[in-house]
Amino acid sequence: MGKKHKKVVVLPCSGIGKVYGAVARETMYELLERVRPDTVATTCLPLLVIKDPEAVALVTENPVITIDGCPKDCAKKSVEALGKVVDKAYEAIKFYKEHKDLKPEGIAEVNETGRKLAAVAAEEVTAEVDRLAAGEGA
Amino acid sequence: MDIQVMKVGVVSCSGEEIPEGTLCRLACRKVLDERPGETVTICLPLFIAGGEEERTFASNYPTITVDGCDKMCAAKATEMLSGKPAKSLSIPEILKKHGLKPPEKLRHFGPEEEAAVKAVAEEIAQAVDEVLEED
Ligand code: SF4
Ligand code: SF4
Repeated sequence: MGKKHKKVVVLPCSGIGKVYGAVARETMYELLERVRPDTVATTCLPLLVIKDPEAVALVTENPVITIDGCPKDCAKKSVEALGKVVDKAYEAIKFYKEHKDLKPEGIAEVNETGRKLAAVAAEEVTAEVDRLAAGEGA
Repeated sequence: MDIQVMKVGVVSCSGEEIPEGTLCRLACRKVLDERPGETVTICLPLFIAGGEEERTFASNYPTITVDGCDKMCAAKATEMLSGKPAKSLSIPEILKKHGLKPPEKLRHFGPEEEAAVKAVAEEIAQAVDEVLEED
């Protein structure tokens, strides 16, 4: 077993025009505000783009889970551009494929069904958060 | 006659970490939805994760950046990786100008945040008009 971590960073992509970008963000907010507020941390992804020292330190010193809104994988690639391998990378559409009854809509913020999907997604990601916090690396 | 309508790029910081970031995204989205013929956007991290096409965004479109705080990520990233923005707006400055309180929630904005979203969207729309007039 590796080192235990106080924080696990969850980074959604910055999707501005795609529903799954909004689902990725909502899933992170579920984890941050409801499911694992003491463990999960996040930062603004653009801070990594401009190489803000604090944001870069947060991401390079803690385990990182990325959730992307489309196959362009911006969150994952932005972390990798810092020379850090992400511990777990998700694409938000995966959660919908597994829960076809929850079709999300809305692009700035998701609708009620999208929120339900994000809640379900957050439960799934929680297992990974707990595993990484316990020092069980990828 | 072939009339080419110029489009203005609107690039929002994504600001996941603070309520002003959410305000920024929602206001940009409102302008993009209300003026689809004149505005276009790009997900900011595509300047790094995307290809050549994405990196030429700011040279293809005069671009307005909108940022949620004084870190000015959208303005800096656009200038560093794509091209100098035509205008850069900042949410704290807009809120101050309109005498509005910053939002307190990270998500699920409702009627309480409506005035702020509207004020920021109006400022962006005005900046779009100015850029279109300048060209
Ligand atoms: S992964 Fe796709 S949706 Fe997310 S920021 Fe990149 S381009 Fe936008
Ligand atoms: S400008 Fe501020 S709110 Fe926006 S992404 Fe950067 S740090 Fe976050």
